[in-house]
Amino acid sequence: MSDQSATEAAYVVEGSEGDRWAIVVGLEVHVELATATKLFCACPNVFGDEPNTNVCPTCLGLPGSLPVLNRNAVELAMRIGRALRCTVEPSVFARKNYFYPDMPKDYQVSQYDKPINVDGELALPDGTVVGIERAHLEEDTGKNTHAGGGGRIHDADYSLIDYNRAGVPLVEIVSRPDIRTPDQARAYVAELRQLLVAIGASDARMEEASMRVDANVSVRPEGTTELGTRCEIKNLNSIRSLGRAIEYEARRQVDLLETGERVRQETRHWDEDGGRTRPGRSKEEAEDYRYFDEPDLVPVAPDEAWQAAVDANLPELPASRRARLAERAGRPTTDGGVALTVERDLDALAHAAMDAGGDPARVLTHVEHNVPVEAAGGLDPAQLADLVRLELDGALTATQAKTVLAEVIASGRPPADIAAERGFEAMDTSALEGTIDEIIAANPTEWDDYVHGDDARRGKLTGFFTGQVMKATKGQADGKVVNQLLGARRAAALAGE
Amino acid sequence: MSDPLDSARAIAAAVRSGSVSATEVLEAHLAGIAAHGDAIAAFNHVMVDEARAAAAAVDAAVARGDDPGPLAGVPIALKDNLCTRGVPTTCSSKILEGWRPPYDATVVQRVLAAGAVPVGKTNLDEFAMGSSTEHSAFGPTRNPWDLERVPGGSSGGSAAAVAAGFAPIALGSDTGGSIRQPASLCGVVGVKPTYGLVSRYGLVAFASSLDQIGPFATTVSDAADLLGVIAGHDPLDSTSIPDAAADLGPAVAAGRNGDLAGVRVGVIAELDGDGIDADVRAQLDAAARAIEDAGGHVATTSVPAVTYGLSAYYLIAPAEASSNLARYDGVRYGNRVEGATTGEMMDATRTAGFGDEVKRRIMLGTYALSAGYYDAYYGKAQRVRTLMQRDFAEAYASFDVLLAPTAPTVAFPFGAKDDPPTMYLSDVCTIPSNLAGHPAMSVPFGAGQDGLPVGVQVLAPTLGESVMFRVAAALEAAAPLVGRAPHAAPPIGGVR
Repeated sequence: MSDQSATEAAYVVEGSEGDRWAIVVGLEVHVELATATKLFCACPNVFGDEPNTNVCPTCLGLPGSLPVLNRNAVELAMRIGRALRCTVEPSVFARKNYFYPDMPKDYQVSQYDKPINVDGELALPDGTVVGIERAHLEEDTGKNTHAGGGGRIHDADYSLIDYNRAGVPLVEIVSRPDIRTPDQARAYVAELRQLLVAIGASDARMEEASMRVDANVSVRPEGTTELGTRCEIKNLNSIRSLGRAIEYEARRQVDLLETGERVRQETRHWDEDGGRTRPGRSKEEAEDYRYFDEPDLVPVAPDEAWQAAVDANLPELPASRRARLAERAGRPTTDGGVALTVERDLDALAHAAMDAGGDPARVLTHVEHNVPVEAAGGLDPAQLADLVRLELDGALTATQAKTVLAEVIASGRPPADIAAERGFEAMDTSALEGTIDEIIAANPTEWDDYVHGDDARRGKLTGFFTGQVMKATKGQADGKVVNQLLGARRAAALAGE
Repeated sequence: MSDPLDSARAIAAAVRSGSVSATEVLEAHLAGIAAHGDAIAAFNHVMVDEARAAAAAVDAAVARGDDPGPLAGVPIALKDNLCTRGVPTTCSSKILEGWRPPYDATVVQRVLAAGAVPVGKTNLDEFAMGSSTEHSAFGPTRNPWDLERVPGGSSGGSAAAVAAGFAPIALGSDTGGSIRQPASLCGVVGVKPTYGLVSRYGLVAFASSLDQIGPFATTVSDAADLLGVIAGHDPLDSTSIPDAAADLGPAVAAGRNGDLAGVRVGVIAELDGDGIDADVRAQLDAAARAIEDAGGHVATTSVPAVTYGLSAYYLIAPAEASSNLARYDGVRYGNRVEGATTGEMMDATRTAGFGDEVKRRIMLGTYALSAGYYDAYYGKAQRVRTLMQRDFAEAYASFDVLLAPTAPTVAFPFGAKDDPPTMYLSDVCTIPSNLAGHPAMSVPFGAGQDGLPVGVQVLAPTLGESVMFRVAAALEAAAPLVGRAPHAAPPIGGVR
């Protein structure tokens, strides 16, 4: 929170009297772990199977059944923790007791006061660092489908329950309230998602609910430090919803406070169609979950060797990949193209093409704009390097290079061959000069305007003449060279007056 | 065949040798159940079909020349809180009436694999909460020594089944004394093993950190044999001890030969005073003398924390039970009472499905875990457990085993302890071992003035089963003969 003042200035909700309010956001993100089996039994952890087919006595909570902890889930939880720079601690599972039909035992096994990961951080691409309070293991619940009554349990005619999801391993990642703008919240979730996918911990799909985001939002007068009363926003189905919900909720809270009312601490649901949050149950009458240590499980205390192995097996994280790519390509670390390339997992291709001698800046430009993600696997980095070399030698224009690259990707043939076939030999300058002179002669009025007009007019006419040249040369002329030649002709004309 | 088949060991030997068939043994026991079963009401469900199939399988194995296992053809009674695949498992509760588990408990699998023949599911206090079997939703079990008296509980059905000769061995569960106390009241051997020695997988949970499955038998050696079959690591129970289960045979043999040379036995002073009946104290004294006669050293010792055991237990056990029994909500299995909403359905189901004692403990436990009370109640009770372990450890620095009454009284008449706290006192001598996770067993040792059996309790430290069984076997050898329970089925024997 060291950069608080700087970031608070970035997002302000204005009150009616011109008062300025800052927002404080903390995020709780649940992710389903990509294990083969569930957290406490050997049932498959698969999304989308026929309801109630991946179940057994343990995940159905049948009398007499007992949980056995999935070692791989612990491993993935540790990976998440270490990737978020958390400390791995000896941890204990607890029971969170409450009645709900999608919960087979009517308690959830979760980590409460002794979570496996504590005190980490996540750096966002823009440099903001968001603290991570904890990232703990717990089991997922089943899934209710309420028929009738608008899909809510209270008014439903009947409900169907699918226990395939019951017992699927989750890690809940709880941020500190370090987020100050809706953009940061979006960036946090995007960055976290990318990190989780990169380390193989989760597929982190919000649309399949394998990643679920709840936002704790409060407001306070700009420049103050005391936290306001927060509301927890649930039912956020996309990163876009998250940003909209925070904006709506901040406005709602400011309006309440400005009219002398208070914010009630409660859970609110985001209504995507209505573009608003609606009250859920009030946390002021919060249920008492009667937590106590789960007596059917033993404490989890990963030894140093296991922790070291987890660290050793962590891949390079997105932040580091961005920094490395940006530096090599001569762009700022926060560059959007760099972020996109890493997010698409195309940075390895870019580095390979650079290693093969391709100019880093041009290579990155092509990877960023001209390489479809799904086709990237078929592109030989050496050919990309060759292409960039042709381009820099002046043998291909940028436009031609793009066309050739598409064909290289489709056919796998060398760029030089494709360029030759297409007749993409760069025109020599003398031929181009002749063409330009002909076009000037054919358009005397426009040329006079070009020579004597103001900058805006000349800019427009540059486009006109370049277009004419491209038309005459069937696009083979290099736009930059055309521009230079036009400038030289104008200088000569002015000198001759 | 002339030797009486009066023990599991004798039956298994005869069946393995082919001198009697498992089917003959079973039919003799089923005949006894048919004749005397209604009077005792030990069973919720007699597994006639499953038993006959199991006995036939044992006989087929013998015919093939295969060894059916150490419990070949031995009828066994199973407490009705042990899951049996396809066979009703009720916990003597209306809420689970008619429920048939899709799986066998690990202990059930193990006794079946050892050749035992399951004769039925035995009655208990609902969800194992009680000390008399009076809290069964299906009516009480009667003590084969006196039909007007309780068999103890909660494993009253298993204890009575063994005392009545319906099966030479049985399985029960012990959370605060539920094996040892009924064993004492019914005049049979009952063992609570070290926590984690026997898998709890498939035992319907009452209080998970205290529950432990153990054997009932008519003899110490049968109890040792049965424990040998059910003990050992189970990957399905995370609290199962990885490398345990020693062969108890040599220890039992030494004890039976009256050899307790060098064994140090401490009598727990705190459990040998007020609240213990004179009959019980007299037999405890006699047992101590028998130990000295066998070469053991006996002295009085103090384990101060045992006086807090009852209070701590009645916070921890109900707390865990309040959570363990939450799942009986009418959503997935068991009985359901409909309601206008899901919440009302759950309320109605639980209101109708649970008996008063279960409700009382759920409320106690819910309160003990509530925000604001947790530290004062549940937290403090957990600290008593630590204290208990420390005080026991101090005693075990000077003694190999400890000696105490199993129950403060002999079997009491129905309705004699209707006041819950008075009933709870029945377990004052047994609860400390559960809180500490230690093994303890009850051995019949004589009778009170009215001829009702008395048990004495041998306590040992974690995984101290070997020395515990040695002392128990010596007590068994030295115990005054009390004969057979008057309402038991006639002895099985001379089948051929």
